[in-house]
Amino acid sequence: MTPLVRIQREDFDIGAEIAALTAGDPSIGAVVSFAGLCRDESGRLAALELEHYPGMAEAEIGRVAGEAAGRWPLAGLLAIHRFGLIKPGEQIVLVIAASSHRREAFEAADFLMDYLKTRAPFWKREHLADGTLGGWVEAKDDDDKAAERWS
Amino acid sequence: MSMATAEPASLKLVYFAWVRERIGLADETVTPPAGTATIADLVRWLKTRGEGYELAFENPAVVRAAIDQTHAKPATAITGAREIAFFPPMTGG
Repeated sequence: MTPLVRIQREDFDIGAEIAALTAGDPSIGAVVSFAGLCRDESGRLAALELEHYPGMAEAEIGRVAGEAAGRWPLAGLLAIHRFGLIKPGEQIVLVIAASSHRREAFEAADFLMDYLKTRAPFWKREHLADGTLGGWVEAKDDDDKAAERWS
Repeated sequence: MSMATAEPASLKLVYFAWVRERIGLADETVTPPAGTATIADLVRWLKTRGEGYELAFENPAVVRAAIDQTHAKPATAITGAREIAFFPPMTGG
């Protein structure tokens, strides 16, 4: 099973991605998906701008997805991460894990998201509701701790 | 040609987010001085190249690095590197 990784400006359709990942494999009994959306932070934000390192973004998420595929018996694994300007309510990231039984799919999706947050080369900058450009979002210690619990 | 006296190689540097803004460049090609062996050595040299660099690396422990698109530590050797990136801690997902 080779994980699928896509880095794109365009939005994605979760239902279509699940259908494509599971098509033609009747051994699959569990599909777990996680989608991350842009929050408005109580009305403070107009948008988030996501900068990324082209090439390394695909490579690094691919490495993390490969680790997940080595750790759990999965039938399918997909990660999509968007870049560019993303407004509150819009989708930023999608992870889908498919397996015979639910535990593996839950854990693999959780693992992939934890490591994607601390290792994938993406940076968020705030665009504020008053029309001005905000600052770069700071990394959270909690995200490092979340990733460390898998090691 | 002996290894110890190898010619300094030219190296592509790429910068992201506030590291890019402080330095004022998205990328550049440099030839570090002989003896620049690790990421930490490279950062020490870059800090001497102007105010923007000094500001970007004012707290070198915060800035992350990648060698040829793989995460690297300050002590990682840069021998043979083609592209080295510097960027803030990541905030994707």
